[in-house]
Amino acid sequence: MSPAGHVTRTEAPLIHIADVHKSFGKVEVLKGVSLDVAKGEVICVIGPSGSGKSTLLRCINALVPIDRGSIVVDGQEVNDPRLDKLQLRRKVGMVFQQYNLFPHRTAIENVMMAPIHVLKQDRREVESRARRLIAKVRLEGKEDAYPGELSGGQQQRVAIARSLAMNPEIMLFDEVTAALDPETVKEVLVTIRELAEEGMTCAIVTHEMGFAREVADHVYFTDRGVIVEHGPPREFFAQAKDPRTRQFLSQIL
Amino acid sequence: MRAGPYGTTDLPVLLPFRPGARGAAEPAPGLGAAWGVALALVFALSAGIAEAQSDAGRPSTVATILKWTPLLAQGFALNILISFLAMAIGTAAGTVLGLCQISLLPPVRTGSWFMTQFFRNSPWLVLLFYCMLLLPFEVNVGGHIVPLPDWFKATVGLALPVMANVSELVRGAIRSIPFGQWEAADALAFSRRQILWMIILPQCVKRMTPPWMNLYAILTVATPLCSIVGVNEAMTLTGDALAAEARNELLVPMYAYLLLWFFLYCYPISRATVALEKRFAVK
Amino acid sequence: MDLTPLWEWFRWLYGATGVKLTIFYDAFDRQRFFDGFLTSVRLQAACLVSSVVVGVVGAWLQGSRLKPVRLAVQGYIQFFRNTPPLVQLYFFYFALGYYLSYMTDEGLRVALVSNFAWAVICLSLYAGAFNVEIFRAGIEAVPKETIEAAEALGYSRLRAYVYILLPLAFRISLPALNNNLVNLVKTTTISYAIAVPEMLYVANQIWSDEVNVPEMMNVLLVIYVSLVGVVVWIMHKWERALRVPGYVS
Repeated sequence: MSPAGHVTRTEAPLIHIADVHKSFGKVEVLKGVSLDVAKGEVICVIGPSGSGKSTLLRCINALVPIDRGSIVVDGQEVNDPRLDKLQLRRKVGMVFQQYNLFPHRTAIENVMMAPIHVLKQDRREVESRARRLIAKVRLEGKEDAYPGELSGGQQQRVAIARSLAMNPEIMLFDEVTAALDPETVKEVLVTIRELAEEGMTCAIVTHEMGFAREVADHVYFTDRGVIVEHGPPREFFAQAKDPRTRQFLSQIL
Repeated sequence: MRAGPYGTTDLPVLLPFRPGARGAAEPAPGLGAAWGVALALVFALSAGIAEAQSDAGRPSTVATILKWTPLLAQGFALNILISFLAMAIGTAAGTVLGLCQISLLPPVRTGSWFMTQFFRNSPWLVLLFYCMLLLPFEVNVGGHIVPLPDWFKATVGLALPVMANVSELVRGAIRSIPFGQWEAADALAFSRRQILWMIILPQCVKRMTPPWMNLYAILTVATPLCSIVGVNEAMTLTGDALAAEARNELLVPMYAYLLLWFFLYCYPISRATVALEKRFAVK
Repeated sequence: MDLTPLWEWFRWLYGATGVKLTIFYDAFDRQRFFDGFLTSVRLQAACLVSSVVVGVVGAWLQGSRLKPVRLAVQGYIQFFRNTPPLVQLYFFYFALGYYLSYMTDEGLRVALVSNFAWAVICLSLYAGAFNVEIFRAGIEAVPKETIEAAEALGYSRLRAYVYILLPLAFRISLPALNNNLVNLVKTTTISYAIAVPEMLYVANQIWSDEVNVPEMMNVLLVIYVSLVGVVVWIMHKWERALRVPGYVS
């Protein structure tokens, strides 16, 4: 698979992934994946479970080191032993399937912790920003609730606010609705769509095909560690060429 | 349901097992208390029998026991002091050792693992003898000669197994925190030290409290071991009192009396541990 | 096999370095230390077996329909769990032992129960109290539905217990049981206090005679840690062998 050639803009892509390989023990999860994400672009990665989607996201913010290939985020090579991981992660926010809120801290404390302790910002300034973010994800009044007192969808929105508090340039979403009750899925998707509309660069791994079609600038289909097919959502969903893609779409839609 | 923090360790711990965590048949609160009363009754009854057996003209059993009670209380206070100190020293050292067990440096990890296993597998009494006989009777701290009294050496001896058990508790608790917590904190650019101190350990404290209290109860009932190495605690003084009285009919009531003291101290702790466990299990 | 050269090496070691391990080169010390070692092993084995028996019987009694029986078992557990094992041992040996003895015509007091037996009785009751709770918890951790499923398949209640409930309960109990038994093996050293001639006791005699405290202390510690290590290792193997894949209790 050659690097994705759909980016027509002249500036360098914000995320440049080239021929990335990754194995866990004997299992090769990524077998040469390449794709580019331009600034302000929203990409969705879809595919059957175990196809390496989540691993790919984790490679972007160096949660998972890669074996071979190159990932450049905003001019910074991630596959470099001298990489300042903390510097990279300030630029790249991530939201997880299991929310992973810190259960011993209230919602607003979850949002405030990293800016105060990692970015060393002023507590009062952080607090007012945190309140705005909580309001942005429509959780006014829940500032002092503990994660255990919130529904899955509410926790996930706190997790999004927590990530945004670091003022990231890129947001990674890893199947953020997979663990949610159907009725709370929508509130989370609405939040993400608003972010996308505001121009945030997003890489989204999802099973929600309707959402992908609606929000993505570009859709990638992965299977067994490679990108099988990609394209703008309208073309991708209407006229997939590869039989594997068609089979997957027919099963899930 | 995930196993408790100590249910996942690879080697048996001295004790921190709590079947109650899985909803075991825990006694109704009144039940054990009833047993405390029963123990008191045994004591009273034996005192009564002893009374009947004792020769006329001697002071009554109850009076004799009351006579020795202040001394016994003094000894018991030493037991409690030793238990507090050993727990404090053991917890501090054990926490450090436990953190070393999850160090990223392999030699530190292996060394602390070995130390933990070694002290966990050693009998308490042997460690007690070890410290008693091999620690110096005084140490030189910056030119000052500080004497090491016997009871303090015994405290160190008891602190060693406590340390090993706390080390294992800490390691088990850290391992029981879901990996997602580390990952999420990583993604927010926290450093490893920050993640450990601000996110992982605060969550461990809650999980560790019941087994830690359990360990304290075990330590407390182990303090009479100090009598074997010659510390004047409650057990030693009970023996002294019995020797001084030289009345065989006093044997049962005096020992029952001492058992009662420990029971009254330890039983509430064990109840509180069970109650805490239940509360944490619900959340 | 003739071990004389090995013993002689230890004698040489003493001459060369002052490390005095008489238990190797002195035939008398060697014999008594070895006897002490055997006594320790015998004591531990006896306590292990009888504490498990106590645990099984106790767990069975705890399921009794009679409230007084359940109360008695509960009382027994709470008493042994919340009082010092050493004081329990003294209580049994000195206090109860006094009543279980008689005077000979020559005026000698003869105990009906030996030190060794008292140690086994007391330590088994002590560890047994924990075992009762462990087994009970194991039985209660098996979901009721499992038994219902068995009964629905036509098992009688007894057969459902024997073939389904107890094997599962035992596996669930095993880790906690192993913890407790290892603890018991370590606790057997307290029988030193009532002069059971086990290893610690014998070692004490030797270091009193030979004035070699550091050497004997280190030997003791190494042997105990290895002994307990062997028990831990066996238990661990056993646990592994019985583990049911995918069955999380």
